[in-house]
Amino acid sequence: MEILFYIAAAVTFLATLRVITHVHPVHALLYLVVALIALALIFYLLGAQFAAALEIIIYGGAIMVLFIFVVMLLGPLAVERERAWLTPHAWVGPSILALVLLGEVGYLIAVGDHTASVVAETRQKGISIALYGPYIIGVELASMLLLPGLIGAYHLGRRLSREER
Amino acid sequence: MIDWSHTAVTIAVILGSCLTLAGMLIWLERRLLGVWQERYGPNRLGPGGCLQSLADMIKIFTKEDWVPPFADKAVFVITPAIVVITSLMSFAVVPVAPDFVVADLNVGVLFFLAMSSLAAYSVIIGGWASNNKFAFLGSLRAIAQLLSYEVFMGLSLMGAVLLAGSFNLSDIVEAQRHQWFVIPQFFGFLCFFMAGLAEAHRTPFDMPEAEAELVAGYHSEYSGMKFGMFFVGEYLSILLLSAMTVILFFGGWHGPWLPPAVWFALKMFGFIVLIILIRATWPRFRFDQLLTFGWKVVMPLALINLLLTGGIVLWKAGSPELLTMVP
Repeated sequence: MEILFYIAAAVTFLATLRVITHVHPVHALLYLVVALIALALIFYLLGAQFAAALEIIIYGGAIMVLFIFVVMLLGPLAVERERAWLTPHAWVGPSILALVLLGEVGYLIAVGDHTASVVAETRQKGISIALYGPYIIGVELASMLLLPGLIGAYHLGRRLSREER
Repeated sequence: MIDWSHTAVTIAVILGSCLTLAGMLIWLERRLLGVWQERYGPNRLGPGGCLQSLADMIKIFTKEDWVPPFADKAVFVITPAIVVITSLMSFAVVPVAPDFVVADLNVGVLFFLAMSSLAAYSVIIGGWASNNKFAFLGSLRAIAQLLSYEVFMGLSLMGAVLLAGSFNLSDIVEAQRHQWFVIPQFFGFLCFFMAGLAEAHRTPFDMPEAEAELVAGYHSEYSGMKFGMFFVGEYLSILLLSAMTVILFFGGWHGPWLPPAVWFALKMFGFIVLIILIRATWPRFRFDQLLTFGWKVVMPLALINLLLTGGIVLWKAGSPELLTMVP
């Protein structure tokens, strides 16, 4: 099972790298979809089948489809713009931040407590009870956040149709 | 311990029968359409014309496999495979008979939803990679349609999941031993079937490939076996839709006298014929009607169905358990 984990992790890593370095936005997003599917596989290997399925349905399926939908409309001009943006100069800031994280990971590997921390098999019922029990306030806040989005989208769409008339 | 030989045989049988059935469906559909439209349909090759698919396949293999020079080549080539792979993957969780299933996942329903949402990529990316305006319009329509109907598909399934108390498809079938879920979940079944038709982009929801408006929609630029893959993928998704409807709402393999697998096949066949009959008789929606219908009729119906089902399940279970969940 461990070898499967390392393969999935390698796929996630390489695909994510291509997401950042690819100049073509749609290709970059397709790599992101691959990375999300590989991540779902890692969840599955850790015993979190429910999280794995949700990762694909929500992120791999719905959200990435929307992203691609928007990016598809950019057209071929986007490639040139992206190429102009991806100068060596642009790598400085993200590289420094990533180095800080790398340092933290290195420190944790060197001194941290890394006894096998396998995620216990999570059942849908347990997750639901946790979400609608102690974390109910988070669920409510999230739904309140989504409602303005919905109303806003409705408002924008409505104004457009009135102009057409 | 996993029994490898049993798994291998199951995989071989399911893969083989799916691909063969998908091929035969092409003939069956043309033949039935012929019957309903008072003409013959393909009736030359083999008894009743049933070898027509074989002839089609030979033709499609010998056609020129052409990639347009303006297309995004790598993506263009990969795309047709996605629809076939995701449909076939979904069959891994379909329980044909007791203990006759490739992977008895405890999140089987979610696996099916995940695969059907990934299948959307073939349509979307295929139309985009063709770099053709008709194909692109087809894929834009497909995105709006698939995103909308995916929502209800998930919601309409949850009624059956609540009644069975499990995401495992075998458990859901087992829970229907005495009563099929189509009776308590009639509206769930209606929503699921409509969403399934839209996901498989079949008439009356086949706007992404509306021949009258968009040449052939998202697969306008595809030829030869690449087009063949899209074609087989569409029939695989019909098979999958009928299989899932039977499992979730029509008692799966349960039935008197006959062996379980036969009951499953018979029920599936009924739904396949129903889907073809819908194609033969129903005109296409207009695109805005499709989205309005989805969001304003099917969505509230699915939500109300879920709410009522949830309430009844909790009421039957008795309130003490309910009270302990609330902080």
